[in-house]
Amino acid sequence: MSKQRTPDGPPPPPVVQRLRLRYAKRGRLRFTSHRDFARAFERALRRAGIPMGYSAGFSPHPKISWVNATPTGVASEAEYVEIGLAVRCEPDDVRRALDDSLPPGLDVLECVEAPAGGPSIADLVDASSWEIRLPGVEPALLEKALAAFVAAEEVPVERRTKDGVRRFDARAPLVTSSVSSEPGPDGPCAILRCVVRHVTPAVRTDDILSGLCSVEPELAPPAPPEARRLAQGHLDDAGRLADPLGVDRALSS
Amino acid sequence: MESVFPQLERLLPRVQKPIQYVGGELNSVIKDWDSSEVRWALMYPDAYEVGLPNQGVMILYEVLNEVAGVLAERTYSVWPDLAALMRQNGVPQFTVDGHRPVVAFDLLGVSFSTELGYTNLLEALDLAGIPVTAAERTEAHPVVIAGGHAAFNPEPIADFVDAAVLGDGEQAVLEITEVVRAWKREGSPGGRSELLLRLAGVPGVYVPSLYDVEYLPDGRIKRVVPVSPRVPFRVQKRTVMDLDEWPYPKAPLVPLAETVHERMSVEIFRGCTRGCRFCQAGMITRPVRERSITGIGEMVERGLAATGYEEVGLLSLSSADHSEIGDIARGLATRYAGTQTSLSLPSTRVDAFNVTLAQELSRNGRRSGLTFAPEGGSERLRRVINKTVSKDDLIRTVTTAYAAGWRQVKLYFMCGLPTETDDDVVEIADLAKAVIKAGREATGQKDIRCTVSIGGFVPKPHTPFQWAAQADHETTDRRLKLLRDALGRDKAIGYRYHDGKPGIVEGLLSRGDRRIGAVIRQAWVDGARFDGWSEHFSYDRWMAAAEQAGIDVDWYTTRERGEHEVLPWDHLDSGLEKEWLWSDWQEALSEQTLDDCRDIPCFDCGVCPGMNTEIQVGPTGQTLLPLSVTR
Repeated sequence: MSKQRTPDGPPPPPVVQRLRLRYAKRGRLRFTSHRDFARAFERALRRAGIPMGYSAGFSPHPKISWVNATPTGVASEAEYVEIGLAVRCEPDDVRRALDDSLPPGLDVLECVEAPAGGPSIADLVDASSWEIRLPGVEPALLEKALAAFVAAEEVPVERRTKDGVRRFDARAPLVTSSVSSEPGPDGPCAILRCVVRHVTPAVRTDDILSGLCSVEPELAPPAPPEARRLAQGHLDDAGRLADPLGVDRALSS
Repeated sequence: MESVFPQLERLLPRVQKPIQYVGGELNSVIKDWDSSEVRWALMYPDAYEVGLPNQGVMILYEVLNEVAGVLAERTYSVWPDLAALMRQNGVPQFTVDGHRPVVAFDLLGVSFSTELGYTNLLEALDLAGIPVTAAERTEAHPVVIAGGHAAFNPEPIADFVDAAVLGDGEQAVLEITEVVRAWKREGSPGGRSELLLRLAGVPGVYVPSLYDVEYLPDGRIKRVVPVSPRVPFRVQKRTVMDLDEWPYPKAPLVPLAETVHERMSVEIFRGCTRGCRFCQAGMITRPVRERSITGIGEMVERGLAATGYEEVGLLSLSSADHSEIGDIARGLATRYAGTQTSLSLPSTRVDAFNVTLAQELSRNGRRSGLTFAPEGGSERLRRVINKTVSKDDLIRTVTTAYAAGWRQVKLYFMCGLPTETDDDVVEIADLAKAVIKAGREATGQKDIRCTVSIGGFVPKPHTPFQWAAQADHETTDRRLKLLRDALGRDKAIGYRYHDGKPGIVEGLLSRGDRRIGAVIRQAWVDGARFDGWSEHFSYDRWMAAAEQAGIDVDWYTTRERGEHEVLPWDHLDSGLEKEWLWSDWQEALSEQTLDDCRDIPCFDCGVCPGMNTEIQVGPTGQTLLPLSVTR
């Protein structure tokens, strides 16, 4: 068969350090899709001169592993990514350099070194905490809807995916929830905070919302809801989320 | 001027790819509105993913924003899903930088690479709340200026634009800016009509409303005359000399959204004197002006640092023709060895040197397919179009590529060229088969591929083929089918083609006169948008619009013009002598070829003396020093 062309020169240097980063997607840049962000992140790494580890071959890819990206249009304070470096760096220098390289609104908040041989980030997160702001919705109405939602055995919802319409239960993954409110320019703004387990298919904030609307037909938000991921982590028995970088941070300090 | 983003933001969760409307690109600039005296909105009339990488808009954006007291923002065509929501909710066409309403700017500059963007101009004007008809605009509306290659015949959009700029825009936009600045400082004397008169005094600026077109009883143009003694009989194109003085874009825009060119581009020269007779770009951008090897090296280095791109494209109309391309390729490949930076050369020249270059550029990284453009299927036809490459040359070149390790070669052709017969097109199949056969012999392997890509030829203004009869779409489609049959079932040969109908509409728009404006308007009213996209284009809609406007499409497309017919663009001076174009057209018909004037003495196209310009080519004798690239 064909003789394989191989790149001239030595293979890429091995990864000597793994760093875990928490970043935020805020404001208008919440409309960045995950693919868009991934591309922008790779370019930011190059601009910042981070000594990335690369895969071998003619199409070398930087060593980057992603977990659980939020959907396009949903803001987040807690996205995680792990990168493999070919030269050891001070984690906070990497954080600062990357944050400076990314536009305001895509903000790198934390960077810690991952221990060799430890669990992957994906193993450290199994639930997220969300905030869903509903401008123009009376908090009492949202509370009524939430009570009906929580009381239900099952809240079937539908979502259009590229493989057609999927139907699944939005109730079971909901762990904790509460309603608060804030005055807004067009009347009150009801705020739902909830912790939702990561399941397959993923139950997203728009699924929770469509579930709420289905159990309480009066609930019809007049303006687009604003959803934001507040945290991700491992769910403990008390319904709290353990910080996925907590252990690494403790180890490195 | 307030941002419309809060209103827009409510619509974004409901549209496809909202990130394209958000702005925030790396290296974008938002200047203070109130302290700016002259404000430009720059538009590329296609989707963001196509428009953002456009070099012309990027260059002017940066050139203008560097000037104190001048602000430039960008706007692109919005997809129909957002356009519908914007109309429902009263959100106007906006810029992606400051999300300011386009109507609030002093100038709206629109860059047309293709005539198929005309309906998108009308849609954007309407969404902006700017009257589509230029004559209905007041001081409350921006001055709408067309630029780009299609602006060399802006007559079909004469009703919709206030002005057009012919040729290179870098200096012209600065002069236009100063005219507007002075007029505003004086308190806008004489209103919009005085401003247009003043703009018509800027070299390269054409104001269609200041010219009257008279017609003969048979429909041909009798003459085009200025209506004011203050405007010139002919408008001369602009030419930027010494590209090293214009190293733009210095900091290319890097979008968050995915676009059609995920790389940084550096223009290594402007103009082309190969003399391919079908090529409007090569004719209207003369003479050749090279950027120096060191100028290129600086742009690449600075651009990469400013963007983080991993690929650099060395752009021009025929990049292998740069007088120092060998040193450039070698120097850049050496400089970026081991940095994951790849280099590419959009190559269309058919010779072995091109393969060597591609090999040099790809020595650090992956190899995409190689592309060659013989354009015509037979040697006879290639003489007609002045693309003088023999069958042996082509086979030799492609064999070299296969032998050097390429597995995939793409060949570009056109269908419907002047004097073309069925046999000329069918001969493409013989060529493709010969390529595969020679490639297998050279490599001793079966797994090589050749893709034949073919589209319909559209005669363009300011070329020797401007008089030619365009092939009707039935002929084009029939020949494309004959070729498909002749290519047979060999899996080693791929076949890509564009059918003939869109080419007829493009032909109508590119060689049309002012009477075609009614067709464009009607097509837009009937829903024409994004005509360059097959899923949005409707031939029937355009033909119905032409019928309603009383336009005979054949008269504009498949009719051959005579030597003495006044062409709609004759008063727009690309520098090419009409007599020279005509004699080149006659030589085409008698299958005579013409050499490149970089290699032989001047062949009198007229550009250099007429425009007071000259060919600027190397070699400079300088080399690229390796930089200490940290990475």
